[in-house]
Amino acid sequence: MKIVTTGESKGIAAPPLLTLSGITKRFPGCLANDNVDLAILPGEIHALLGENGAGKSTLVKIIYGVLQPDAGEIRWQGEPIRISSPNFARRLGIGMVFQHFSLFEALNVAENIALAIDDPARRQGLRGRIVEVSTAYGLALDPDRSVHDLSVGERQRIEIVRCLLQNPRLLIMDEPTSVLTPQEAGKLFETLRRLAREGCAILYISHKLEEIKALCERATILRLGRVVAECDPRQESAQRLAELMIGSELKAPTHGRRPPSDAKARLELSNLSLPSDQQFGTDLKDISFTVAGGEILGIGGIAGNGQNELMAALSGETRVRRADAIRIDGKPVGHLDPGARRALGAAFVPEERNGHGAVGAMSLAENGFLSAHRRRGLVSYGLIAGRRTLGFTQEVIEGFDVRSRGPTAEAHSLSGGNLQKFIVGREILQHPGLLVVSQPTWGVDAGAAAAIHQALLDLAEGGSAVVVISQDLDEIFALCDRIAVIAGGRLSTARPIDAVSVEEIGLLMGGGMDGATGERNAHPA
Amino acid sequence: MLIRLEPRGERSTLWAYGSPLLAIALTLATSGVIFALLGKSPALALYTFFIKPLTSPGSLSELLVKASPLVLIGTGLSLGFRANVWNIGAEGQYTVGALAGGGLGLWFYTSTSPFLLPAMIVAGVLGGMAWAAIPAWLRVRFNASEILTSLMLTYVAQLLLLYLVTGPWRDPEGYGFPQSRLFSDAATMPILLEGSRLHLGVALALVVVLLGWVLLGKSLIGFQLKVVGQAPRAARYAGFSDKGLIWLSLMLGGGLAGAAGLFEVAGPIGQLTPQISPGYGFTAIIVAFLGRLHPVGVLLGGLLLALSYLGGEAAQIDLGLPNAVTGIFQGILLFYLLGADILINYRIRFGSRAAVARDPRPA
Amino acid sequence: MTFNWFVPVFLSMVSASTPLLLAASGELVAEKSGVLNLGIEGMMLVGAIVGFATTVTSGSWVLGILAAGLAGATMAGIFALLTLILLANQVATGLALAILGTGLSALIGKGFVGMAIKPLPKLDLPVLSDLPVIGPILFHQDALVYASFALVAGIGWFLYRTHAGLALRSIGDSHDAAHAIGYPVVAIRFGATLFGGFTSGLAGAYLSLAYTPLWAENMTAGRGWIALALVVFATWRPARLLVGAYLFGGISILQLYVQSLPLAIPSQFLSMLPYLATILVLVIISRDRLRIRLNAPACLGKPFHATG
Repeated sequence: MKIVTTGESKGIAAPPLLTLSGITKRFPGCLANDNVDLAILPGEIHALLGENGAGKSTLVKIIYGVLQPDAGEIRWQGEPIRISSPNFARRLGIGMVFQHFSLFEALNVAENIALAIDDPARRQGLRGRIVEVSTAYGLALDPDRSVHDLSVGERQRIEIVRCLLQNPRLLIMDEPTSVLTPQEAGKLFETLRRLAREGCAILYISHKLEEIKALCERATILRLGRVVAECDPRQESAQRLAELMIGSELKAPTHGRRPPSDAKARLELSNLSLPSDQQFGTDLKDISFTVAGGEILGIGGIAGNGQNELMAALSGETRVRRADAIRIDGKPVGHLDPGARRALGAAFVPEERNGHGAVGAMSLAENGFLSAHRRRGLVSYGLIAGRRTLGFTQEVIEGFDVRSRGPTAEAHSLSGGNLQKFIVGREILQHPGLLVVSQPTWGVDAGAAAAIHQALLDLAEGGSAVVVISQDLDEIFALCDRIAVIAGGRLSTARPIDAVSVEEIGLLMGGGMDGATGERNAHPA
Repeated sequence: MLIRLEPRGERSTLWAYGSPLLAIALTLATSGVIFALLGKSPALALYTFFIKPLTSPGSLSELLVKASPLVLIGTGLSLGFRANVWNIGAEGQYTVGALAGGGLGLWFYTSTSPFLLPAMIVAGVLGGMAWAAIPAWLRVRFNASEILTSLMLTYVAQLLLLYLVTGPWRDPEGYGFPQSRLFSDAATMPILLEGSRLHLGVALALVVVLLGWVLLGKSLIGFQLKVVGQAPRAARYAGFSDKGLIWLSLMLGGGLAGAAGLFEVAGPIGQLTPQISPGYGFTAIIVAFLGRLHPVGVLLGGLLLALSYLGGEAAQIDLGLPNAVTGIFQGILLFYLLGADILINYRIRFGSRAAVARDPRPA
Repeated sequence: MTFNWFVPVFLSMVSASTPLLLAASGELVAEKSGVLNLGIEGMMLVGAIVGFATTVTSGSWVLGILAAGLAGATMAGIFALLTLILLANQVATGLALAILGTGLSALIGKGFVGMAIKPLPKLDLPVLSDLPVIGPILFHQDALVYASFALVAGIGWFLYRTHAGLALRSIGDSHDAAHAIGYPVVAIRFGATLFGGFTSGLAGAYLSLAYTPLWAENMTAGRGWIALALVVFATWRPARLLVGAYLFGGISILQLYVQSLPLAIPSQFLSMLPYLATILVLVIISRDRLRIRLNAPACLGKPFHATG
């Protein structure tokens, strides 16, 4: 059912730049786009809204020529057209800034941009034009710098400048602010507004409602592959937009508890410093914090500022020289491997599901065994206890509503949300005194996210300490009692969640450490 | 292209067992064509190659004798390959095992002690392990590719063998031929079946298959090997030591290859000569893949490839076909196997060009 | 004068290094695009016998060289079909190629054992060949030696000065990103792999037509594997590959000259030198993980399937 809540229609005289009618795309096992209609006017900033799994990325790949629709019609300025490849799309005047950058680490800025320009004539004098255009739009770039030396925000500039150099008529941006501080996002919006004024239409994909309300004039909302609404986001409340996106009444997780003030510290970090062993990694510098039983600490920050290194140091995948730099329940553990730390009652959920938290090609039972074999006694005389493992796996599946074909189903046959529920459930059912989770609901549908959040809250209620490392400030504000920000490998002091504002956090994320300007690490990833 | 690959979304168990059979069928067909090109009747050649060796008396024991080094080495390799540790130098570890154990036997060539042979076996295993320890250490300490280091050491081992049998270890009563003394009775593998060459090593190979099966399928160590090969980050997350598993993989492969080397020289060959292997260490790689990197599969694959060795010899004698045909058969088999494996995870679709399907779950 | 031994030593160095340089330069291009082809040994052997057989039967060494290159490319084509289209594991397929090439070359070569032919003629270049010292060393060589130098220079120019070369390098760095931009990843990798096979075939032809003008089973004696190590040693840069190949060539001829010295080292130990040197070189380069990560193509050996 389509709900059209209209604001004012924009200039009836201008024909739509891009029209999609009845676009349908099927994949084995799911219908990604179901009869989607979309119309974008020239110079319009149009939002494509929907939660993870709604079909936004698929639709946009069809527009950019990476995929072909199974059914439906595309019109460009009124003429029916078949966008056969990204080259074709670029020639039409469609530019795309991907969510996961298509950049080449080992090459420099000029080479990266040259690769996206097909016409050899237009590659003449490229260096000069890069400097010219990037400075003109406030996105300064040095053509000779190697991409691997650049920060995430700077890399995004390459993606944008790459598009701008081709004089686009339509610019597609896929979740652009997930890697930016609030201040950088503001600058990006200025650039986008300027482009729109100059006549370039913007298709802005996001699930961040406040941004869309601030930036966009029209929004098309997708849910489960279908268009469920078209509206002017400036006229709707964030609550209404969220309900349209999710399709049901929003239920805030129950958060009515306060950590007992005499609770003992279950996790203590004292002056943890750790040089990164990764080529483009972030060194950890002098990190200290404590988490008490029953408390949830949030560690916010943009990707690439040391979160992975911190997670590895906490889980034991990276050993620390000074054993007492990390204490669990008072015991020094810096020198212990993950198995030994689990034996002491710690559990970990890493950022990456596939290949890190779980092995995609292995069954759920094997994945359950992977981290739980010690605490749940699944090994006897060096052999795997099959029945007990199956029992444990079944417990996780039932307790956390994991939709699957059963314990023998392969992990990669599960949806992102279900696999994440399984992993979180596996860790929680080991009854840990300390749980560290990184990006707990990234790429997960709203239902699963809510279930995971509730599980974390319940765990803390039972007296365990929980650390949530997340890029999503909304998540941290919903779950945590205190928040610290990691930037450039340093951690700010943790502060109670109700005593801090988004602006302050934004400044901290950008590297301003507790008021003073902190230096960026030499190797921002 | 008019052929498209469509992901199935899950492994097809039908094809997991079927692809080796498909590969064998295709290989037989191709071999038939090659025989025809060489001017021999395909039917006769295929018969001579695959059926005839099984029909002659004592053929089964010969088959087992030829298969046992392949099975021993293949089991060790299959476990290591699961962990993504590519021990290509099993041939060299086989050689050094033969040298270590055989050397012991030559040193005590006058002894009649019942402890001599067990000591030689132990020496053979240790020798193979020592030769595999070099690539293991270089990989763990310096991140050097074990593929190239173990392979280079194969050439070194071969040269070492050549040096020893033409020099210090040459039989003084051997009329100057490059070979060592024959091993004494106390240094020879006992025969299990009168009148055949079926020796103790064959029985031990079967025991190894059984132990390998349990290790891979049911033990914690086997699980660790599988995880580290499929998802090294997950292995680290689980607390599995990737360095330890690299050492284990290479030591296992090296030790079994060394044992195989000793069993061959103290068994069917009876002495040290410049040529103690028709390429067992390399053929065992094919056996490991043919057997789906599983000890039981390795047993079956070892029998099949042992048959190809016997067949090659029979074809050489009866039809005048060159020895090289065996190597070609083995190489082609591996190729078809690698190609047929695609059917496990993908469906082949014929039709007009359309977008290639991707993962069922959109971002 | 001291120059008397200089020239012959350098000449033998050129002979020893050329097959390595030829094989490794093509493999470098393949690896730069992300394809790891371990089957060089097999492709070289097939190239060697095909080149020899063609030269014997046709009398033309030009045809022989061409046939050798095409034979190598064909073998590489089979490898490419399996790994790029059917997504087979590149390590296993490369090994299969090596094993198959060894057997196939032995089979084809049965009829050619013991035959002798004239080695490849030395071609003189105007003016350059008359230069003192460098003239006889560098400019009085056969076609394949000149080809090896031209190849290295050409590959360096192609990879770093053309857009096509940039595209190839980008595919080795991130095949998903290259695909998203619209480059035909499989097609370019296929081409790079075929090129690698072609040069390996040429390398084999050099062995059977120039180095020792005859055919013998397994005459490559591990050079294909050494070529693989050379690519790592060169950290995937053509100029360094030239240095590496000549370093190795130098080491392998060392044994010939050491044997004439009054040292009682058994010949087998001297023959071990190139292999031990390869191990040493691998260790030295590999331990510098930073450098490897900066220069190794990030997608080397990883299968690519267009996931949209």
